[in-house]
Amino acid sequence: MIPEYLAPFIWAVLYILLAPVIGGLIAGIDRKVTARMQGRVGPPLLQPFYDVAKLYEKENLVVTASQNFFVLSYLVFMAVAGALFFSGGDMLLVIFAFTLSHIFLVLGAYASYSPYSHIGAERELLQIVAYEPMIILTAVGMYMVTKSFFVSTIVTSNIPIILYLPGVFIGYLIVLTIKLRKSPFDLSTSHHAHQELVKGVTTDFGGPNLGKIEIAHWYEYVFLLGVVWLFFAWNPLLAIVAIIIAYFIEILIDNTFARVKWQMMLRSAWIIAGTLGLVNLGVLYYLRMVVP
Amino acid sequence: MTYLKKSPWLLHYDASSCNGCDIEVLAALTPLYDVERFGIINTGNPKHADIFLVTGGVNVQNKQVLINTYEQIPEPKVVIAIGICATSGGIYRECYNILGGIDKIIPVDVYVPGCAARPESIIDGVVTALGILEQKRLAMKTKTQTKMVKVGDAR
Repeated sequence: MIPEYLAPFIWAVLYILLAPVIGGLIAGIDRKVTARMQGRVGPPLLQPFYDVAKLYEKENLVVTASQNFFVLSYLVFMAVAGALFFSGGDMLLVIFAFTLSHIFLVLGAYASYSPYSHIGAERELLQIVAYEPMIILTAVGMYMVTKSFFVSTIVTSNIPIILYLPGVFIGYLIVLTIKLRKSPFDLSTSHHAHQELVKGVTTDFGGPNLGKIEIAHWYEYVFLLGVVWLFFAWNPLLAIVAIIIAYFIEILIDNTFARVKWQMMLRSAWIIAGTLGLVNLGVLYYLRMVVP
Repeated sequence: MTYLKKSPWLLHYDASSCNGCDIEVLAALTPLYDVERFGIINTGNPKHADIFLVTGGVNVQNKQVLINTYEQIPEPKVVIAIGICATSGGIYRECYNILGGIDKIIPVDVYVPGCAARPESIIDGVVTALGILEQKRLAMKTKTQTKMVKVGDAR
């Protein structure tokens, strides 16, 4: 049997090794389902892996050498944030490591001289401003229910967190749309055929650097869906079903909504965080005070 | 391995075309032909592209734009001239402002003639280009290897 003190390390290593595989498969399923929704056959399931393998076969073309450093930092901090999460670390630390990795991506985009890249970077910052309050409210809500910021305690608490935090969960799903770069809120990258920003933050990254950004996205997918797991942690089967449904809803939203302006994104994300999130936490606080 | 053939990303540039060929290029990307089946994506960003599709005869105004765009595509890359205007200048080759086919400005690997080129022949051109792309990748690989050998010899 594995000793107790080794478990966090094993989880962290498992995450670092397996998250790109799972994340890449999720991206492949995403593209396939999206294609079916649009009446197309769609690419093979393993297409995201082919794409990244191809990007590593290309020449690494950079505008300034510092781009290499920023992209590598983005990938490393994304892996670190996820590894901290899966090893049962502090939720607040995880959130700030996660934010830091995105700041590196923004700095990488600012390091080039392209105006598309700069607008993409500014929009990425606005996205961070939009989703950050709701992510922190999620951590605070989990603390109020389980009396701990540590993921290990939250997972093993055996409390059906979703029943205490339904508002926070819906709010989290809405910011998940921003985080997964799905259509109403994919302001900074223009993921699909729309080319108003060329490619936003990733405009000036090509070849292996773009491959690293893709791998970081896969790490990000697994981490974000891991947070969904926390809401249902007392019942793993239900958690998997919840993750599948949540992701399917995200794809559906992606294919049915046009892109909004950044003002709309900021307003809706904050209004949702302010109403659903804060009201949920307020009710929880009130119940704790009245009901012993 | 040959992952380039499994995920070729396109960049489409209109060098003073009448838009006939451009419509046919976009037709190839619609659900009817659905080239994403083969991993083909229309990127619109030279730094992400592998295959450069050019339509129309080049004129004096967009000559530099074409060169800039071509140079921003990372190696290995291939250029496909789509439509008779991009191949040779077509009926406009005698015009005072037209420089002729795009091979006067940048190296072209595949020619897809036609006015306008049909989506089927464009897809066929892209498939042909994939073979050339693979050859270029291998050439690039051996080139870097020989370079390394030379550095070793100097020591």
